[in-house]
Amino acid sequence: MSRFYTKDHEWIDVDGDTGTVGITDYAQSQLGDITFVELPAAGQAVSKGDGVSVVDSVKAASDVYTPVSGKVAEVNGALESEPELVNADAENKGWLFKVTLADSGELGGLMDRAAYDAYVAEL
Amino acid sequence: MSAVNPSGWRPKQGAAAPGQPSETASGDRGLSLEEPLIFELAAPGDFGAKCGVDFDEPDTDPSPSLARFLRKAPPALPGLTEPETVRHYTRLSRQNYAIDLGPFPLGSCTMKHNPRLNEKMARLPGFADIHPLQPHATVRGAYEAMAQLADWLTRLTGMATVALTPKAGAHGELCGLLCIRAAQVAKGDARSVVLVPESAHGTNPATAAFAGYRVENIPATADGRVDLAALKARLGPDVAGVMITNPNTCGLFEREMKAISDAVHAAGGYVYCDGANFNAIVGKVRPGDLGIDAMHINLHKTFSTPHGGGGPGSGPVVLSAALAPFAPLPFVTRQADGSVRLIEEADAPADHPQTFGRMCAFHGQMGMYTRALTYILSHGADGLRQVAEDAVLNANYVLRSLDDVLDAPFAASGPCMHEALFSDAGLAEGFTTLDIAKGLIDEGFHPMTVYFPLVVHGAMLVEPTETESKAGLDRFIASMRSLAARAKTGDELLKSAPHFAPRRRLDETQAARRPVLAWRGDVAASD
Repeated sequence: MSRFYTKDHEWIDVDGDTGTVGITDYAQSQLGDITFVELPAAGQAVSKGDGVSVVDSVKAASDVYTPVSGKVAEVNGALESEPELVNADAENKGWLFKVTLADSGELGGLMDRAAYDAYVAEL
Repeated sequence: MSAVNPSGWRPKQGAAAPGQPSETASGDRGLSLEEPLIFELAAPGDFGAKCGVDFDEPDTDPSPSLARFLRKAPPALPGLTEPETVRHYTRLSRQNYAIDLGPFPLGSCTMKHNPRLNEKMARLPGFADIHPLQPHATVRGAYEAMAQLADWLTRLTGMATVALTPKAGAHGELCGLLCIRAAQVAKGDARSVVLVPESAHGTNPATAAFAGYRVENIPATADGRVDLAALKARLGPDVAGVMITNPNTCGLFEREMKAISDAVHAAGGYVYCDGANFNAIVGKVRPGDLGIDAMHINLHKTFSTPHGGGGPGSGPVVLSAALAPFAPLPFVTRQADGSVRLIEEADAPADHPQTFGRMCAFHGQMGMYTRALTYILSHGADGLRQVAEDAVLNANYVLRSLDDVLDAPFAASGPCMHEALFSDAGLAEGFTTLDIAKGLIDEGFHPMTVYFPLVVHGAMLVEPTETESKAGLDRFIASMRSLAARAKTGDELLKSAPHFAPRRRLDETQAARRPVLAWRGDVAASD
């Protein structure tokens, strides 16, 4: 399994043709306390770069863009009652949705951990 | 108190002065009165049993005529007397903060003084006591006032006409986009995308989405303005138009506005301008000269009608000659002989055939038209120009009085317009914009707009408005300098501010995650 990052602070874990997407720990720290997560519908077709989920915090409502195209396979239903999971464990239990990848070639443009850390250090 | 909110949650009160007893027997402190919910004021046994008004029991049985509509249980009223009820709401009103109490430096909101002359004029019986269904011949004075306001708004903006009816800024945005769509559909050129720069108001993308357009962002340049090259690169046959806020939410004038408009027009699109910040340029710049096709004017901002809880908004939309034929009904026109006419559905096929339709049942916010017209007439053209000059002067005075203690990200690019923007850069570790905002409450000021615009980290957007005096601004600046110093040196007390307000810092996270929105008493539910 390998993990990639986007400039919009999403992460994606790829296992076979399934990608698990969430926001990074840096993103949650910038947003502050998260109060609501709007998730896509399972089965929904998505294109790379679409705003498919919304994370509301006490400061702002932020779109989450899917890093890959495909179909939404599953969403993290636990976030409906416990949006704070994204604050507590953004890059694990706080995952948002899983996508069945249409084209694994799209992963080529994403960053690895070292590149993402360097990107965040510049912000 | 017989019935207590079962959530049991109470925000903490502020601390008493050092060395003073922290509680009184009454629970009130000084003349700062505690006030429970009105339902909690009910005496034991009164809740739902009394209506609070001394009517005799009816001597006839109402059930035959009311049948199934008759209540099976008494309504859940607390059974208070008139003086108890009046005191309840008066006490609550004293915990409120209002423009009549002090400055309201909310950026992008233009919280300006509401002149009492406006109120006097709006209460004239010829304006206040009329009905929208009265015969036209009996309300000619009201029509004349609407037409005069329309004349002023089109002259001040350099536009062809105005749609008066929209009820607020966002409603005006929708009106503008519906005009744009109608114009493009009439040309057989329906389009699907609206471009919105990062520095625009949050309502702009919401309105475009509501109108059925796909929204795409245009990035900002390093100096906080629209990236013209990025905008030009995105224009194409699918772009219906752009929505631009000018001056923008960074408090900056979009200097390239004419070039933006020319590029959009060349690509077959239209330019919508969010006029929420018109106060900074009224009498100085005519948006029509910048190539703008539609712009709403918040009468409750620039033209001083009440704002927030104080009154309804009103968002007339000025339109260019290209969009004027599509304006909604009713449409105010002046005849060749100077008389005023309202075009409604019956006359529209002949006299305003391309209208996109109707947005409001009647004629819009008449009470706001009379207030705004009073403001305009009492200032005159020269006075309105001075409004803009003084608003910009006040904001720059705040900007330059604070830019040595707070980070002002765009200060180097020149003067700001009507609002000064600061970021949280340079505060001590763990200290945030929110701490400064809460500290302002202790200092006796309504906080500024915080965390907006999103393009600046920890944004603090201060709009002082032109009616604040230099002495008043100096008091605000002294408080801000003190708070900035405390946040930079890490004064822990600031992290728990406010300390002197009726309530301590509220738990906004819990309020959003698990809101208690309604009182739930232990009483029989009313049917």
